[in-house]
Amino acid sequence: MDLISSILSITFLTQVFRMMTPYYFGANGANFSERGGVINISIEGFMNLSAFSFAMFGIISGNIFFSLLIAITINLIFSILFSWFTVKLKINQIIAGVGFNLFIAGLTKFLLMLIFGSSSNTHRFEGISDIDIFKKIPIIGGIVSDPLTLFCILLVFVSNFILYKTRFGLRLRSAGENPEAADTLGVRVRQYKFYGIMLSGILSALGGIWLASNQNSYSEGMIAGRGYIALAAMIIGKWKPVNIFFACLMFSAFEALEITLQISGTNIPTQLIQMLPYLITILVLIGFIGKTRPPAADGEAY
Amino acid sequence: MFKHFHPAYIFLLFTIFLSCNKKNGNDESAGKPAGLKAGLVFDIGGRGDKSFNDAAYKGLEKAKQELGIDFEVIDPGDGSDRESALRKLASKKEIGIVFGVGFIFTDDINNIAKEFPDKKFACIDYSVNPAKQIPSNISAIEFKEEEGSFLVGALAALITKTNSVGFIGGMESSLIRKFESGYIQGVKYINPDCKVLSGYVSVTPDGFKNPGKAKEIALSQYSNGADIIYHASGLSGLGLFEAARESNKLSIGVDMDQFKEAPGFVLTSMVKVVDEAVFQTIKEFKENKFTGGIKTFGLKDKGVDFVYDSNNMKLIPADVKSKLDEIRNKIISGAITIKTE
Repeated sequence: MDLISSILSITFLTQVFRMMTPYYFGANGANFSERGGVINISIEGFMNLSAFSFAMFGIISGNIFFSLLIAITINLIFSILFSWFTVKLKINQIIAGVGFNLFIAGLTKFLLMLIFGSSSNTHRFEGISDIDIFKKIPIIGGIVSDPLTLFCILLVFVSNFILYKTRFGLRLRSAGENPEAADTLGVRVRQYKFYGIMLSGILSALGGIWLASNQNSYSEGMIAGRGYIALAAMIIGKWKPVNIFFACLMFSAFEALEITLQISGTNIPTQLIQMLPYLITILVLIGFIGKTRPPAADGEAY
Repeated sequence: MFKHFHPAYIFLLFTIFLSCNKKNGNDESAGKPAGLKAGLVFDIGGRGDKSFNDAAYKGLEKAKQELGIDFEVIDPGDGSDRESALRKLASKKEIGIVFGVGFIFTDDINNIAKEFPDKKFACIDYSVNPAKQIPSNISAIEFKEEEGSFLVGALAALITKTNSVGFIGGMESSLIRKFESGYIQGVKYINPDCKVLSGYVSVTPDGFKNPGKAKEIALSQYSNGADIIYHASGLSGLGLFEAARESNKLSIGVDMDQFKEAPGFVLTSMVKVVDEAVFQTIKEFKENKFTGGIKTFGLKDKGVDFVYDSNNMKLIPADVKSKLDEIRNKIISGAITIKTE
């Protein structure tokens, strides 16, 4: 009874949405890239980079808005670099992604040592503050008062609109489904792939920024695989923004459930709960839960 | 081969170079007698974790100042290159003693110690396996974390107003269970009805560096009634301090005095004198008194303790302090026995 009431509480709901935020930014970002036909597994690295640059410039400048812009810009530069490698130079996308992840992991650690004299974390700084007026809204007040979480929820509708209702979305999808056909119709395929990757860079930047802001500091390895979970959520969500949102909610709900179960001291092994989302990912991939079909030309260079 | 050259190859090479980044501390061995340098390999979290690793580094610095022993450190970061880091230090001529910081080194240091029988080794938090013989050139340093944790558990139970306290562990492992078990016994010793909410960040070593998850666990525990949370989770503990600030509740640090992480919200810290252990071992080594085998540091020899100083004095009333001193004496005299599991 105690357990059920704590799961049905507002605190639990707020926690689920809070933990969903970085997942959705990453997953939705990766989706834009894959819709354009480029597999982007460097979401983890992108989130890591933006978390670091946000914290670093936040500490140096003391201006959160400025450091937010800088962090997004740096990610944009890296995503342009990534698209140059994968689209223009046609390097294997997986290898480029792994390269970026390793490069950024090394780079952030190197700069941490250089600037902050620590191989694990930065100083503390004040992150993005909550919107106080929204806190008074009943039930969802705790959720929407976090600006980035609020933006994340709005993003579900925005990305759905962009992908399915605009000319840009149609062309982006055509680049990922059948680039030859799109090319014959005059769509600049490579250009759209660039746009897709750039969007993934910007969105994953917000995921990393949220993490650093929530923690009020950057610590090495703080992304802790969230970028990869985001990719799994994208697959479960079958490359559709709304479905991805619910897949991310599922991941964070299981995580919150694991925490609550541990606290309640029940005998249900928490490792089992931790494992469930991954089991579902595999089941989705095998095809047990509906048909999964990635964009037809996903991962192919054009 | 140059026909297929892409600028990206340079990038990839650079990547490999950077991802192997290692930080060497003081590399000024020239002119010093051979074999008198100390080497140390850090645990997960690395230098600057404001906890365990920094404490070990402090010991090295003290040895350098007071004994004039130079040192060299490797921060291996993720992955399994701990063994090669140990081997790299052990194979250097000028290094006579090599430290591994953390229980994760136990097996690696056993292997390397057999490979280099003429060098000395020391492992902090060595996890002793009674079935295995410890090589004679290893000094296996253990701390009685359960004793220190018992004391802070008793303190938490004396201070709590909600009759419920929390615990956050990093990786689910026998070492961290020792902290948890001692803590719970301390709480129950004062008040058998006091609830202890426990949570672990992960089942892998990543649990020691995921402050985001630790913060969520802490927020959950606070909202479920706990008003004091003790952590044994390395770098992840920073998440606890953030949660304590946000919820305006108390926390208990670990390994080093962590008061600075959230002034006013840290009740105390369970300190392990890792620095002193490192220093003493180097001193013995310098004076040729190094002996292998298990060395245990407990409350008796001030190997573990809790912080009580001008920073947190106003959080701990005098009668609580005297009660704790009484418990400390009982533990030392053996009147209170603490189970490790």
